[in-house]
Amino acid sequence: MTTQNSGLHAVAAAEPAEQAELDRAGQEHFDRIIAEDSRIEPRDWMPAAYRRTLVRQISQHAHSEIIGMQPEGNWISRAPSLKRKAILMAKVQDEAGHGLYLYSAAETLGTPRSELNQQLLDGRAKYSSIFNYPARTWADMGAIGWLVDGAAIANQVPLCRASYGPYGRAMVRICKEESFHQRQGWEILHELSHGTPAQKQMAQDAVNRFYGPSLQMFGPPDDDSPNSKQSMAWNIKRFSNDELRQRFVDMIVEQAAALDLTLPDPDLKWNEERGHYDYGPLDWDEFKAVVGGRGPCNLQRMQRRRQAHEDGAWVREAAAAYARRTAPERAPAELIGA
Amino acid sequence: MSENHENTVRPIGAASDEWPLWEVFVRSSRGLSHVHAGSLHAPDATMAVRNARDLYTRRNEGTSVWVVPSEAVTASDPDAKGAYFESAQGKSYRHATYYTKSEGVKHL
Ligand SMILES: [Fe+2]
Ligand SMILES: [Fe+2]
Repeated sequence: MTTQNSGLHAVAAAEPAEQAELDRAGQEHFDRIIAEDSRIEPRDWMPAAYRRTLVRQISQHAHSEIIGMQPEGNWISRAPSLKRKAILMAKVQDEAGHGLYLYSAAETLGTPRSELNQQLLDGRAKYSSIFNYPARTWADMGAIGWLVDGAAIANQVPLCRASYGPYGRAMVRICKEESFHQRQGWEILHELSHGTPAQKQMAQDAVNRFYGPSLQMFGPPDDDSPNSKQSMAWNIKRFSNDELRQRFVDMIVEQAAALDLTLPDPDLKWNEERGHYDYGPLDWDEFKAVVGGRGPCNLQRMQRRRQAHEDGAWVREAAAAYARRTAPERAPAELIGA
Repeated sequence: MSENHENTVRPIGAASDEWPLWEVFVRSSRGLSHVHAGSLHAPDATMAVRNARDLYTRRNEGTSVWVVPSEAVTASDPDAKGAYFESAQGKSYRHATYYTKSEGVKHL
């Protein structure tokens, strides 16, 4: 089977002769849907570049969720209490879930899961550069939850209205789960900042390290983000990188004050005229280096991902073999008892 | 749209060892219908139900889950959407609002 023929996961095919007319009608329908700010669904005609952009964006997003499990997964066994272990496990499990929601949304565009997975394993696909930074201390679990998940939320809330239906629906599900992630992180920092001086210092140190990279999660500045304009015209992206970054900065200033911690930016101050906080320049050379594979943990993250995939091979094979052997007496209908 | 077709070609060797795709439907509470939640890959129906529980009902989102092989879903033709679904136009007499004489009469 070279195409997925089900109604929910199909790509329309047509005779070459009819193609021009179908494309014209399709483009017209697509333009109208976008102009109405309505939603494109998997079986609708869509421009090839729209499909390509979405597959890339959604799968990169999925890869980020999957790789993003590593820095926090490392800390599950070292979390300071049973409560914190349980919370961290739930969060990491959620991130796995987010990856799976997004892969299934990407698949509706016609690229199979195995191909998306292979792109990640081969290093052909990108994921968010933030996960190439190490999580050195327990306080980093706090800073990651508060700042990294916080930035992710600021990015993702507008994506709930993305013009591609399955993507938007996956984002709705994800956003519902993210708010717990951010709050548990903020609470970790709050406990540390109200603990011993050493604990408070540890919290401050974590915030100092994650502040800049979390602001870079919104992507390069608008004048250096060539694809943003088209994404906004397609109603995939609703706000520019800099708009979202500004919104995030405005939110975390007060949240940092409530933690009794500072943000490591000497230029950070309220601008009455703009009605926003001004913030200092970010290190975009570092950002490019990390995106380009030269961050502190890029190699380790990829090795770990490949290792996990290889280690899981026998499970996948065993499950498939079992399914083949028991297929006749295991009709799906049997299980639908509702 | 030759570029679209490219996307649907599976890499060699991938098709055979990829678990099949299932569509997941979740009943959020008693008295409501099952609603499509998303999809997942699983080797068989039993595993698909278990994975669906773990993936789509981690926070009491469901009291029942259905899984259906994606291949088994037949959908209406997307290109026929106009003609296919607009047949009710001009049949406003199918709606209660068509009948106005009874306005002001109670319980009607
Ligand atoms: Fe997530
Ligand atoms: Fe998260």
